[in-house]
Amino acid sequence: MMILADVISAAVLFAVPLLLVALGGMFSERSGVINIALEGIMVIGALFSCLFLRLADASGWGASAPQLAMLAAILISGISGAIFSLLLAFASINLRANQTIGGTALNMLAPAFAIVLTWAIQGQGQTTILIPTWIRISGAKSGSTFFSTLIFKNLFLTTPIAVLLLAVSAVLLYKTRFGLRLRACGEHPQAADSVGISVYRMRYAGVIISGFLAGIGGLSFTVAAGSGFQSTVAGYGFLALAVMIFGNWNPIRILGSALFFALFKVIGNYASSIPFLPNFSGIKSSQYIYQMLPYLVTMIVLIFTSKKSRAPKAEGIPYDKGQR
Amino acid sequence: MRSGTFLSSRACSSLLASAASIFCGLVFGFLLLLAFDAGSAMDGLHRMLTTGFGSPDKFAKVLYQAAPLIMTGLSVGFAFKTGLFNIGATGQYLMGTFCAIVTGAVFQQPWWIAMLAAMLGGAVWGLFPGLFNALFNVNEVITSIMFNWMGLFLVNLGFSNIPPALANYWGASNADRTAALAAANASAIIPRAGLNTLLNSNYMNISIFIAIFISVVVYVVLHKTTFGYELKACGYNRNASIYAGINAKRNIVLSMLIAGALAGLAGGIYYLSGTSQYTIVKTLPAMGFNGIPAALLAMSHPIGTIFSALFISYIQVGGDAMQPEYAKETIDIIIAVIIYLSAFSLLMRNMISRVFSRKHYRQEVSVQ
Repeated sequence: MMILADVISAAVLFAVPLLLVALGGMFSERSGVINIALEGIMVIGALFSCLFLRLADASGWGASAPQLAMLAAILISGISGAIFSLLLAFASINLRANQTIGGTALNMLAPAFAIVLTWAIQGQGQTTILIPTWIRISGAKSGSTFFSTLIFKNLFLTTPIAVLLLAVSAVLLYKTRFGLRLRACGEHPQAADSVGISVYRMRYAGVIISGFLAGIGGLSFTVAAGSGFQSTVAGYGFLALAVMIFGNWNPIRILGSALFFALFKVIGNYASSIPFLPNFSGIKSSQYIYQMLPYLVTMIVLIFTSKKSRAPKAEGIPYDKGQR
Repeated sequence: MRSGTFLSSRACSSLLASAASIFCGLVFGFLLLLAFDAGSAMDGLHRMLTTGFGSPDKFAKVLYQAAPLIMTGLSVGFAFKTGLFNIGATGQYLMGTFCAIVTGAVFQQPWWIAMLAAMLGGAVWGLFPGLFNALFNVNEVITSIMFNWMGLFLVNLGFSNIPPALANYWGASNADRTAALAAANASAIIPRAGLNTLLNSNYMNISIFIAIFISVVVYVVLHKTTFGYELKACGYNRNASIYAGINAKRNIVLSMLIAGALAGLAGGIYYLSGTSQYTIVKTLPAMGFNGIPAALLAMSHPIGTIFSALFISYIQVGGDAMQPEYAKETIDIIIAVIIYLSAFSLLMRNMISRVFSRKHYRQEVSVQ
């Protein structure tokens, strides 16, 4: 029973970055811009927030008001991600560049920049930014009963914030005028323009929101990974893209697919302690089989769901006002 | 006036646009060096730009790294021509590596059979994204990314379970890397043809010539055959090509298959050199991803890819020489900036050709 609590709590922990980043991708694509730069944006968000946490720890202020410092770090990660995403917005909206190429460039830029900056701040070869331990929310008697393990084993402020952002995203996209306009720009920008909506402004909004969410996703990944910031988010930005497609560009379904994916990801780590799973005793390094699992499952699921896939129609196509 | 038509030609304006991107990237890199350590910035820039030609063995290193980079660049560029983004060159490269080493070290085959095996391995791994795109309409970017990670874990699993592929089987102490070919099967090493003594470096072999030869083959296929024309037609406008009677689905699958084979060969070229051993790690190798800038900088032109890969390899060797004052990742930043700028190269290219063709037009008018 305790192992179940462990698995669920770890799955939720890893689902948070996937959820946030996939939501970010959704906003960008719903406005008509393919955001393949999510990976890079995550790195930038994590970089600046971890630098902030390091500073807060060194000054002693962080430990005295840990959750306030964490909240500030979350804000910093979101804002730095949003600023970084402006580079993508500028290239793909104003200059009508190929969105995939621009995104790829940002994905290369971010980790390299993070390493160079980390070197410059911490000294040569010091590539890991350690994150302080006080950011964890520790409840009473964590780990003693099923529910305390479930809730408090891996609880960080990023988890409740992610739930909040999910609710806000769903309302924003489907219940507000802004959301309707954003979606219109992703489906048929010419039609949106003809009724007076500024397509450029809407697309900027979509990309900036995606940068904000992906930045926070970067911090929550680093927190979940647990070994400090190492200038990488281990492909989670790309996984989030798959989660987004699997979730059919819909916030609630994205939540479901993020949890699904994270569960498969975590099962690999706990495989040896879950009794009913085969342990492949004849094979060396059998952990790789379980590590392959989430990707394999996603592929299979994508085959079955792709026929019904509802991608925004105008995504990836630069908007040209003069085009007929 | 002839210079006018030349300058406004497509090839020339592409070249100028790439050169402008490279120049801006280098300027940005220099500013970065100034920002982090102004004192040794000049020296750093000097080392970055001259190390590659500084000595024969450094030049050999440039060629040694450029050969697989040309192949992954060709792979990405080939898929681009069909309108596909092959971000999965990394996975195909890994499968190529796996097949090459297993064929060479375990089955004791000569190098050229190992190379063919590498192509086959990469092709199989490229086939999946192509099939998924053609049959199920799954975006090839997502499939390729999934297959990158599956490839990595599968290759690690494979190597861990084939003892003769590992170094410790052949008398070395470490089990986390593949066999040194010199010990396992010297005939699986790509021939050096005396080039190693010429450039005084063990890194040197005929792989760069293989890569150049294949670039030419790809160029001929893309530009001089009906098959190549069909591929490009699919890339420009898939619906129009279907309307014209081209089997677009078949072409998508074939394009990814060939792209995969090219990336797989990159793995073969790199690990059959006899100087590198694959280390079992949990991170994706950079060689596959670096094919993307190589292809973009060359605007997917096969012959251009030779030069862009040589350039990238050149400044990477320079970047290694900049350590320890600067992290060698500075080079990645420069490359990223160049790619970012080349993303709107189309805009730049149009601007350049417009400027020149206007001048040309005026001259013509004045002559009349």
